[in-house]
Amino acid sequence: MLSIDELNKIRESKKKLVEMRHHGDGAPKGCAYKYQVLVCGGTGCTSSGSKKVIETLEEEIKKNGLEKDVHIVRTGCFGLCSLGPIMIVYPEGSFYARVTTDEIPKIVEQHLKNGKVVKEMLYEQTVKEDGTVISLDETDFYRKQLRVALRNCGVIDPEDIEEYIATGGYQALAKVLTSMTPDDVIDVLLKSGLRGRGGGGFPTGRKWAFAKASQDDQKYVCCNADEGDPGAFMDRSILEGDPHSILEAMAIAGYTIGADKGYIYVRAEYPVAVERLRIAIAQAEEYGLLGDGIFGTDFSFRVELRLGAGAFVCGEETALMTSIEGHRGEPRPRPPFPAVKGLFGKPTILNNVETYANIPQIITKGAEWFASMGTETSKGTKVFALGGKITNVGLVEVPMGTTLREIIEEIGGGVPDGKKFKAAQTGGPSGGCIPACHIDVPIDYEHLMALGSMMGSGGLIVMDEDTCMVDIAKFFLEFTVDESCGKCTPCRIGTRRLYQFIDRITKGKAEMEDIAKIKELCAHMKSTSLCALGQTTPNPVISTMHYFEDEYIAHVKDKTCPSGVCKDLLKYQILPDKCKGCTLCARNCPVDAISGAPKKPHVIDRHKCIKCGLCMRNCKFDAIVKK
Amino acid sequence: MYKKPSIPFKGTKTQENELRDFILQEKDVPGALMPVLQKAQEIYGYLPIEVQTIVADMLGLSLSEVYGVVTFYSQFSLNPKGDHRISICLGTACYVKGADKILEALQEKLGIKVGECTPDGVFSLDSCRCVGACGLAPVMMVDDDVYGRMTVDQIDGILQKYISKNHEFRKRKK
Repeated sequence: MLSIDELNKIRESKKKLVEMRHHGDGAPKGCAYKYQVLVCGGTGCTSSGSKKVIETLEEEIKKNGLEKDVHIVRTGCFGLCSLGPIMIVYPEGSFYARVTTDEIPKIVEQHLKNGKVVKEMLYEQTVKEDGTVISLDETDFYRKQLRVALRNCGVIDPEDIEEYIATGGYQALAKVLTSMTPDDVIDVLLKSGLRGRGGGGFPTGRKWAFAKASQDDQKYVCCNADEGDPGAFMDRSILEGDPHSILEAMAIAGYTIGADKGYIYVRAEYPVAVERLRIAIAQAEEYGLLGDGIFGTDFSFRVELRLGAGAFVCGEETALMTSIEGHRGEPRPRPPFPAVKGLFGKPTILNNVETYANIPQIITKGAEWFASMGTETSKGTKVFALGGKITNVGLVEVPMGTTLREIIEEIGGGVPDGKKFKAAQTGGPSGGCIPACHIDVPIDYEHLMALGSMMGSGGLIVMDEDTCMVDIAKFFLEFTVDESCGKCTPCRIGTRRLYQFIDRITKGKAEMEDIAKIKELCAHMKSTSLCALGQTTPNPVISTMHYFEDEYIAHVKDKTCPSGVCKDLLKYQILPDKCKGCTLCARNCPVDAISGAPKKPHVIDRHKCIKCGLCMRNCKFDAIVKK
Repeated sequence: MYKKPSIPFKGTKTQENELRDFILQEKDVPGALMPVLQKAQEIYGYLPIEVQTIVADMLGLSLSEVYGVVTFYSQFSLNPKGDHRISICLGTACYVKGADKILEALQEKLGIKVGECTPDGVFSLDSCRCVGACGLAPVMMVDDDVYGRMTVDQIDGILQKYISKNHEFRKRKK
């Protein structure tokens, strides 16, 4: 078992090592290594081949006899997933992007051996026009970011507990156990203004106070790591990059409400996160930071991992608990709330990963520090998973109240290919869209709600002019039809009926009166569904219909899709003046719908055409258009 | 309604023993059914009714309860999977970037629908919700290999790699 003194000793011994990794810091101070090479081992970069990069790097370093000078660290996600595999070399903080194994020998030879940064391989944004190299923090992507929940992601080795301790890890737990009462902890959380990051935005301090007030011989602490929103991956990155922060926060929660057992419910689709959590739990147990009598007090806490099996509804708190209990993950009516009667019928608190990741820092740095960030009602920062039609895809963490424009245009680098920004979708299948006219809205819980969207878990999908809003609404409905658990009728039948309505619109078979019927159905589902899944399913429809009504009307009345997405409403046409009669399209058409003599303009037979678009993609003269 | 898979159950005694040992060890953990089913699927690759019966008997649950849980979660499969499992991410980021077109092309090329297996047992096709590699959208996975920034034109090349791999594998086995 570790004492606080021993914890501080570990911290001191590794401090120098971790300190070197602060972006843009000068020469190493008292660190045993000359260089540290950080390679991203997150899911995004691993998919892009970072594993091979690390292997090659190790080989090359051996070949050059640099083992004593260079320390390789496999970290969690840096956030800039589209540039993966990512590699950063400290002390300079040189940011190598899209690294291939062929480039490694050169980087090792020039940079690590001879101390010369390989400028041409750096991420172009970190090299200024005059050739000076700037630090990552000064690039567009990172400049406006403020990393609180993600502070250790991409900085430490998530599989080494001592690196977490070196950054001040488990200090908050020590402080809580030795100098704070449970009421003190709740007080700090309430003052900090921290609200749940999983979607609802309920004040975390109040949730904990309810669970503390419930009297029972057994209580539980749960962590919702069943990140189901398609397009959101911040929780995965935290679990992969900084798993100990979650364990520490859960132990603090256990002490506060009087629980000795915690469950982390994590998606099985995140194998890397599951593996890192397993390692983290084993290490924390080995160091006595989980288990009996933590830090010599009489507080005991253990954490168990439970894997989800692919059900979106299990992100709902009561459904998640039913699933841990080993049943179909169906939600139950509330009240009783989990704080009174939760997992196995006992008082339980459930917070999501990002919420927990904030807590150790709130304890060590104080409520005022946290409350100084953000807006009046939404404090702190929020992580967004920026995706879709945007230049810099990745994870960004910004203070609450940052405008959508700052996120999309400055951090995200804008919409690629010179296309126009049309809307941003937040909150996944439960949220709505924010159209271009509201791009200057400051993002916090209240503002998003007022626009008919919601914070959700933080997926932020950018759409350009080529995205059809009716098609997007249909996409989300297809998802919720699939994921509705079937327990209550408004959701089970409602999602399906709503999908059928929208489907008819995209096929040009709807009438104007359907629009009114859709609105009525949406209202019923919102007010009568059992859980948040059913209640929020209509949101994407209501929101797109509100902001893009003309698009719906175009589909219904004119039977056209203005964005050229809905297949049934499209017609492919060959422009006779542009067609050179090269026969390429006719030869490639899978259904022989194109005819015409060589060197003469070709024609598409609309009755045969299956609208696969192959002809248009193949045409070298841009002679084929869809309308 | 329950439909018997077209390929008969070929479980071995070793597999069964492995499962039974695991259940004995996990039996008394609260909420053991999910971890047990996950293990069973790891052993057999899918959860046919024969396997569900073993689980139900040993955990003291009714078969209908086990079946109810198996069919509720999308990760549990009642059908065997192909030697190579293809899955297309249909998360929002991938969808916006045209993942549906990739899926459509694959269905056409393989002649099977989502959730099915080719008659020769080489490929099975699934769609999934976000593998979290949104930075690489659209994403296709074959077994554990991730192919990012997919285009329809790349499909043939990628499939061919696995067909020849499979061919060699089978030849060696003979």
